[in-house]
Amino acid sequence: MNVLLVPLAAEPGNRTLTISLFTAVVAVTLYITWWASRQNKTAADYYAGGRSFSGAQNGLAVAGDYMSAASFLGISGQIALYGYDGFLYSIGFLVAWLVALLLVAELLRNSGRFTMADQLAFRMKQKPVRTAAATSTIVVSIFYLLAQMVGAGSLVGLLLGVKSEGLKAAVIVLVGALMIVYVTIGGMKGTTWVQIVKAVLLMTGTVVITFLVLLKFNFNISDLLGSAASKSGKGESFLQPGLLYGKDLTGQIDFLSLGLALVLGTAGLPHILIRFYTVPDSRAARRSVQWAIGLIGVFYLMTLALGFGAAALLNTAKGSAVEASKGNVASPLLAEAVGGGADSTGGAILLALIAAVAFATILAVVAGLTLTSASSFAHDLYANVISKQKPTEKQELRVARFAAIGIGAVAIGLAIPAQKLNIAFLVALAFAVAASANLPALLFNLFWKRFNTSGAVWSIYGGLISAVVLVVFSPVVSGNGDKSMITGSDFHWFPLSNPGIVSIPLGFLFGVLGTYLGRDKSSETRYSELSVRALTGAGAEGAAKH
Amino acid sequence: MDEEVVRERDARAYEAVHDAADFKELKRRYKNFVVPWTIAFMAWYLAYVACNNWARGFMDHRLGGSHINVALIFGLLQFVSTFLIAALYGRFANRKLDPLAHGLNAKYKRERRR
Repeated sequence: MNVLLVPLAAEPGNRTLTISLFTAVVAVTLYITWWASRQNKTAADYYAGGRSFSGAQNGLAVAGDYMSAASFLGISGQIALYGYDGFLYSIGFLVAWLVALLLVAELLRNSGRFTMADQLAFRMKQKPVRTAAATSTIVVSIFYLLAQMVGAGSLVGLLLGVKSEGLKAAVIVLVGALMIVYVTIGGMKGTTWVQIVKAVLLMTGTVVITFLVLLKFNFNISDLLGSAASKSGKGESFLQPGLLYGKDLTGQIDFLSLGLALVLGTAGLPHILIRFYTVPDSRAARRSVQWAIGLIGVFYLMTLALGFGAAALLNTAKGSAVEASKGNVASPLLAEAVGGGADSTGGAILLALIAAVAFATILAVVAGLTLTSASSFAHDLYANVISKQKPTEKQELRVARFAAIGIGAVAIGLAIPAQKLNIAFLVALAFAVAASANLPALLFNLFWKRFNTSGAVWSIYGGLISAVVLVVFSPVVSGNGDKSMITGSDFHWFPLSNPGIVSIPLGFLFGVLGTYLGRDKSSETRYSELSVRALTGAGAEGAAKH
Repeated sequence: MDEEVVRERDARAYEAVHDAADFKELKRRYKNFVVPWTIAFMAWYLAYVACNNWARGFMDHRLGGSHINVALIFGLLQFVSTFLIAALYGRFANRKLDPLAHGLNAKYKRERRR
């Protein structure tokens, strides 16, 4: 096995190629947006892409929405550095889709219209429930959005081989401006097509690199693992659990807590939930989740090959480019290595291709998140809470577009100073809030007749506040030396970094408490209506007719 | 038509579907599939997470002389089970749920026209 040496940064010549490919990605996505804008006429077009995507198309878009740069670069990087333990995130991320498939996707498709709150508001008092659901939708989406944008800043810098704070800020502003354009002009139809294109690019790029990596080992997995283990300097323990998680009892409970948030969070992520409204019926919603499971599963299996391939073929020791980037450049550098090495044309082309794929990935995910927040603001808060009389569809859509600009601006404003925040932490927090605040309310609403307005409001705010408060007083924020966000003082009292194991049960408990304390029984009367509609699709919103 | 009248007509149609024997059967079939399978895949997943924490000796066991160990196989089996359950549910829903749901949907439309 020859060992490939990898330079610390991309060569200037390659940079031109990378930038041209980035420009191509931007041009294609802007063209899609312009094309989609000419088809957007009604609210159902803007919010739900006319509900006319097929199961397979939406499955690709769901996968495109879900496989963020954090999973593409982050997971393979974690495997490259920590071996087997880096793989654990992806298992939770995948199994989570069974919750969405069996319990949420179809029922939500049948009983909601545009936002997560629609489904709750079906049998509850509009104002309190929509306010609560919109709050948690926007909070979860902003955490997730920040993670992507902070990642984009440092990532593009790394991929272009430029280290400058000014460039990072410029990239964040550019990504933010693009996502505002996609969302305000293209709506759900444009965003969905951007995600489909991204999913195809990402899958293709990953298949190529995986094939080349496996080719180097004659498709012998054991050889690949063995080289990774010996090259990592950690030997066989590189292939075993324990390098990253569960070092002591606190660590073990923390890992369990993370596992719970990952597996229960997906079905409560608002930007995933609203994707089910883009198909004509529940059968297509089911098909989209099946497609998504297939694509995401195969993708995560390939990240295994990428991660161990990077460990086997690249320098991952302390001080190396891979180690310094916390693993984030493992995949791009691996692409360069299997393409023929740093000085080869093949290497340069593959590196630039993977960098462009990563860029497309970031753009598609941030667009989905901005659309979700803007839809919820306009449809839930403005139309049903803020506005004194019911606005016309046109007025509501204008608000949605302005909201997209506002949310985009807020995200840019927060992301620039948030450069130091840990990306994985922001993503894990978004999952924890989704699992603690959104999932209990959704499940209770669908399956528990007695559930009522105060139960919904309690479970959403209760789950949201417990997850956020526990994180604020966790070692992630203070008291863990250099690893904490705040290094000066220590005010932590919650021992775990992941709040899920406490905040998820609390979310459910608050739902039960709120329901019984609220005493309001009016929402029971419409439960039979909701269950008929959710299970049979009777009266559900159909595809738009043009 | 007056909005209130439409609302009441729809509510009556929903009520009629809700009382139909087919709807009770649809609900029963859905629950009988979803509840045990959800418990099963959650238990299977949590068992995997727990083994990573507390059964290291078992997980570290290598298969034959290869570098493939139980931990990796257990992880890959989570993929296999997810694919399988997704396919099983799809088959079940297409065959056992959709026909009933379509019939009830048609009944709802008929009731609304009355």
